[in-house]
Amino acid sequence: MSLEGLKFSKTHEWVRLEGSQATVGITQHAQEEISDVVFVELPKIGRTFAQAEEAAVVESVKAAFSIYAPIAGTVTRVNEVLIKDPGLINRSATEQGWIFVLEAKNPAEMDSLMDLQKYEEWVKGGGAGH
Amino acid sequence: MTPPPSAMREHPPASPLPKTPHSPGRLLEPLLRELGEPGRRGFVLPALDVPERAVEELLPPAWIRKDPAPLPEVSERDLVKHFMRLAHLNFSVETNFYPLGSCTMKYNPRVNEEIAALPGFAQIHPHTPEQGAQGTLRLLFELDQMLQQILGMDAVTLQPAAGAHGELTALLMAKAFHESRGHPRHKVVVPDSAHGTNPASASLSGFEVVEVRSNARGRISLSALASAVDEDTAVFMMTNPNTLGLFEPEVLEIASWVHEKGALMYLDGANMNALLGRVRPGDMGFDMVHVNVHKTFSIPHGSGGPGGGPVGVKASLKPFLPAPQVEVRDGLYRLAPAGSLSIGRVRSFYGNVGALVRAYAYIRALGAPGLRRVSEGAILNANYLKALLKDVFPIPVEEACMHEFIATAKALKQTQGIKAMDIAKRLLDYGFYAPTICFPLIVEEALMIEPSETESRQTLEQFADALRKIAQEARENPERVRTAPHRMPVSRLDEVQAAREPNLRW
Amino acid sequence: MDFVPLTDADRQVMLKRIGVASFEELLRAVPSAIPAARMDLPPALSEPELARLAADLASLNATAESHGCFLGAGAYRHFIPSVVRYLTSRGEFLTAYTPYQPEASQGTLQAMYEYQSVLCDLTGMDVANASLYDGATALAEACVLAIKETDRPNLVLAGTVHPEYRQTVRTYLKQTAGKIQELSAVEGTVSVEQAGEWIDSKTAAVVVQVPNRFGCLEPVDDLAELAHKNGALFIVVVNPISLGILPAPGSYGADIVIGEGQPLGTDLQYGGPYLGLFACRQALLRKIPGRIVGMTRDAHGRRGFVLTLQTREQHIRRAKATSNICTNEAMMALAATVYLGALGREGFRDLAVQNLQKARYAFDRLTQLHGVRPLFPPPFFNEFALHMPCDPELLNRRLLEDGFLGGFPLKRWDPDLSSGWLVCVTEVPTRAEIDRFVEAVKRAIR
Repeated sequence: MSLEGLKFSKTHEWVRLEGSQATVGITQHAQEEISDVVFVELPKIGRTFAQAEEAAVVESVKAAFSIYAPIAGTVTRVNEVLIKDPGLINRSATEQGWIFVLEAKNPAEMDSLMDLQKYEEWVKGGGAGH
Repeated sequence: MTPPPSAMREHPPASPLPKTPHSPGRLLEPLLRELGEPGRRGFVLPALDVPERAVEELLPPAWIRKDPAPLPEVSERDLVKHFMRLAHLNFSVETNFYPLGSCTMKYNPRVNEEIAALPGFAQIHPHTPEQGAQGTLRLLFELDQMLQQILGMDAVTLQPAAGAHGELTALLMAKAFHESRGHPRHKVVVPDSAHGTNPASASLSGFEVVEVRSNARGRISLSALASAVDEDTAVFMMTNPNTLGLFEPEVLEIASWVHEKGALMYLDGANMNALLGRVRPGDMGFDMVHVNVHKTFSIPHGSGGPGGGPVGVKASLKPFLPAPQVEVRDGLYRLAPAGSLSIGRVRSFYGNVGALVRAYAYIRALGAPGLRRVSEGAILNANYLKALLKDVFPIPVEEACMHEFIATAKALKQTQGIKAMDIAKRLLDYGFYAPTICFPLIVEEALMIEPSETESRQTLEQFADALRKIAQEARENPERVRTAPHRMPVSRLDEVQAAREPNLRW
Repeated sequence: MDFVPLTDADRQVMLKRIGVASFEELLRAVPSAIPAARMDLPPALSEPELARLAADLASLNATAESHGCFLGAGAYRHFIPSVVRYLTSRGEFLTAYTPYQPEASQGTLQAMYEYQSVLCDLTGMDVANASLYDGATALAEACVLAIKETDRPNLVLAGTVHPEYRQTVRTYLKQTAGKIQELSAVEGTVSVEQAGEWIDSKTAAVVVQVPNRFGCLEPVDDLAELAHKNGALFIVVVNPISLGILPAPGSYGADIVIGEGQPLGTDLQYGGPYLGLFACRQALLRKIPGRIVGMTRDAHGRRGFVLTLQTREQHIRRAKATSNICTNEAMMALAATVYLGALGREGFRDLAVQNLQKARYAFDRLTQLHGVRPLFPPPFFNEFALHMPCDPELLNRRLLEDGFLGGFPLKRWDPDLSSGWLVCVTEVPTRAEIDRFVEAVKRAIR
């Protein structure tokens, strides 16, 4: 999947909006920082999050990382494959390792996020991590 | 007339977890269960000498366990061999230099073990009528008094079972204190260098945690503190010497500022070893302090516990202490009932008394002069070791340390990709337990080294020598360090797999 | 005697290398405005002096060794086999610390894994941690877990749970719990009717103790059903010795099992250090407080053990940790493992049955005394409550002089049980000792 259509948050989430459905995951950069993912605390289906509210937690052996909703919405799906295979996030952070899908409350919030080029520049410039 | 026995239905046993999902590699020592054979017995009771009744007469059928708990069936000989072989797999203070920063791994005097094992102390029931418990009650009372002297406090609770438990107790007291003044407060401020138990205890006691950043010299910055502490702050928790092993020279100013805002000062006394007989928390502006008897007061760490976390407080907090307290009345030592403002109980009974007996013996053995020699030895040893390592690993803060100091492997990480963890693992090959790694979080690739006062100069020199060799090896043959340890029974256990596919029982 | 090897010669060498003229220079950072410590402490003692002091103090105590002990109420005298004392005195276990470097701690880690395993075997639960402080704090932690997990505020506790446990729950949960209600005791056990009225969709957990504080057995099936029907967790507090003959709580619907592990090989020690048992269902795994050991493989494929699921704990999760616990009761857990290993499958059941038989024998003999009757009907395990014809505190004073530690005066827990006396009989007393005790009681109540 091309990364071109994705938008990125300052907290290293990516989001792909199709209609009103927003699929959310973490970036390759984030996955490298976290290193081996051992557990993902998935959000409950039906929960609503505001933009930048903590929605999920990704754990490595040594640390726990908050995953924030890049735009506001209600959870409609979660990636249950991650329950048995959390390492999928490391292997395929931007494709099969997606974490949850939101019914976007306000799709215009996508404009507040970075596109791929801006994100890559920002990371290079040492953008604040988790 | 007897009511019918409680209705009990049969349930199938809970389905067991899959056995050993990883294919059975060779274990260093088999599991206890694997050593048994049906019918083997270890310890055997005397034959029953009272008239025997059918169990079905004594318990309703639904209350009789159908299958005995599937405990191992081993002979006593195999039981002893098993645990002795496990013992031989451990490094311990008795066998190795154990410079774990912030843990004060000093020698654990065997005389204290003998004293605690005296039947008079070991076999007294906690509900013994007070006139039959005067030995222990007097010991607890005197320990309370001695800790007040050592800490410069007005009252002590001996109930907490560990440092973290002491923190929780103190924070609950602080909460009650503020409520009693009609101004409940909701926040606790901790430095970013604090031990993890500090924010965890604050959270558990129902407070919001506010973190304040340390300055470039690893100390609390007054200006950062000024913006963090306000009228909704209940307590400022700090460690002094701090978790970098440095004394906070502005502690009096900090206390003054915090008190001005109506908040309380709490000392995490884990590093008390550096202060014994030098300065007292109560004289530095602290209202509450916990100490760790398994650190400063020499009781053994027990592979993770038990410990003891007595809390000392100033007079204003005395009414909130957990009950019961030991008091003297009419010539008898007694357990005083709770005052109306007490926070209540934080545990069953009175405290980790067995641990407190050892701490009492230690303080009685040392007296004031001995306690002063402890802090002198601790500080001298740390500074000497620091001087020996000066050219081996960068020490982020140059000045004199107290009883512990931090070296960093940051340079090696940058040049060779060698981390503090790798150095720790290689140290095991030299027969040294590693220092504390990667704590505090504010120093990159930290090695926190606390030699303690019971180590000789020669041991420190050997340790420095080993580190020097490892640093050299890191430059010349980094792979050897990166894949260490090489001389231990196991090496680089897969913690990722352990977390992804937990196997937590046989 | 201070165990500090520092000599004058050492001092010289060290100060020189450090580069200071005197030790005091190392204390530069300590402001002079802080007064020097002045400690009024008794003078230092040599080992022989210390030993004499300790012996003198210890001799002032009446113990389960010097007296026949018929006292329970939360701490129990059982015979501790010599292997338990021996192995728990080994310095390799005693003087090691938290196994953060697993390669140098395989002894500790495997022992804890085995402890977790036997605890699951005993309780019928899926997973156990490597210990909490004691039964009371273990219950408090279980209640904290239940409230967070179910996102509900209320607790329904059986009033027959040990009072110190309930008090500890209240202290811990004062701020975070909503309503904490206590079911009344009727004939020594709780009322299912009352439970049915109180347990609802706001109840996070229902807590019951088996055997309860009077030694009685509770209607656990009904309570489990009520709890689960309403979506609450079912927490059972146990005396582990009873699990040699009583069913595992896992078989009657417990979600969390907690208890006091002191009876498993730890001395009475006037109340601590003891052992907080904690075991639960698989589904609650990531919410468990405390350390947990897991099995894994090393870089060469060899099997070994590590601390695992550490992201729950304070040193990683800090304010968001499942608990604040760091130091635990590992030595007591080791004692329990050795104790259970020494008894084994058959021995542990025998032990429980002997406890049952001897208590019943004592009960039968005592209730034959004039004026003595049971407060609650059998069945019971280890302990039974009697109505005594004289003040139980007075009775105990007389018994103490006669060489016995009498039962627990129930008025200390319940003012309206002023004649109540809770007697505990384990496998320890011989028949002759029980008979002597009964005679002494007979004399004392005359």
